[in-house]
Amino acid sequence: MRFAVIVFPGSNCDVDMYHAIQDELGEEVEYVWHDTDNLDEYDGILLPGGFSYGDYLRTGAIARFSNVMKEVIKAANEGKPVLGVCNGFQILLEAGLLPGAMRRNESLSFICKPVELIVENNKTMFTGEYQQGQSITIPIAHGEGNYYCDEKTLAQLKANNQIVFSYKQNPNGSLEDIAGIINEQGNVLGMMPHPERAVDELLGSADGLKLFQSIVKAWRESHVVNA
Amino acid sequence: MYKVKIFVTLRESVLDPQGKAVTQSLHSLNYPEVADVRIGKYMELTIEKSERDIDKVINEICSKLLANPVIEDYRYEVEESVVQ
Repeated sequence: MRFAVIVFPGSNCDVDMYHAIQDELGEEVEYVWHDTDNLDEYDGILLPGGFSYGDYLRTGAIARFSNVMKEVIKAANEGKPVLGVCNGFQILLEAGLLPGAMRRNESLSFICKPVELIVENNKTMFTGEYQQGQSITIPIAHGEGNYYCDEKTLAQLKANNQIVFSYKQNPNGSLEDIAGIINEQGNVLGMMPHPERAVDELLGSADGLKLFQSIVKAWRESHVVNA
Repeated sequence: MYKVKIFVTLRESVLDPQGKAVTQSLHSLNYPEVADVRIGKYMELTIEKSERDIDKVINEICSKLLANPVIEDYRYEVEESVVQ
C-alpha cells in the first residue's frame, strides 16, 4: 500500500507520520508538497499535524485552499482512506470533508500529554484491529481541539456511528468528549490525538500502530476482492 | 476605493473560552457589572471599485474564508474613501 503524507508550510508532524508508515508499519510512503495537483498514484492520504500557514485566521483555514486539497477531496470522493491528525483534522473540518469546527481549548492552554481514548466504533477501515470499547493511550498536543457542532449534526454523528474515538477524561472541553470522527461514507477520519506518535513501546505506547494496520488490512481485503 | 471594516465573533450559541476568562478577570478587578465579554477579530480591507457589487464581494469572502459559519458570525461597515 502506498501512502502520501501531505506537507503544508508549517506542518511539523510529517516526519513522525512518515516514520510510522515506513519503519513501524512497513509500507510505502512519500512526502507530497501542498502544491501537488495529482494524488492518483497513492492509495491512502495522510494529513499530518502542525501549524499549517501559522494557524493564521483560523487553524486549517488557509491550508484548505491549497492546491493539493482539490486532490484530497477527489481522493475522498473516490473512497480512498483519508486520515487527518490534529492540524490535519482541523483542515478536514475547514474543507468541509468532516462536519463541525474547532474552538480554543476550554482551559485556553496548549495541552501536550498522553490521554486515554475509547474506541467507540471498531467497524471502520481505520479501527478494525481494535476491540469495540477498547481503551487505548495516544498523546494529544493541541491548543484548539475543542470540537463543536450544532445539535442536528451531533444527532447525525451519533445515528451513523460517526464518533470513532472519545476521551475517557475530556482534556479540552470537546463536545460529547469527541476525539475523532469519520465521514458518513466511512473513509475520511479526523482525530486530534496523534496515533503516529504511539507506534512503539519506546515512545510510551504502541496503541496507535493498530490504526495504521487497520487501514492496510481493510485496503488489502477490498483489493483482493476486486482483483 | 472602499475601506471595509469586518468584525468576526463566535456565534452567541458557541461558548467563547477567552471571553469567559476575561469576564472572570474583570470581576476579580472589581467590575462585577461586566456581564459578558465576547472576543472576536477585527479586519480592515481596502477594496478597489469594480463592476462587482461591493456587498456581494464582502459577503462572499467572509463566508468563504474570513469567518467559519459553523461557529462564527460577521458584520461589516463600508466607507468610501476618496483617493487624492
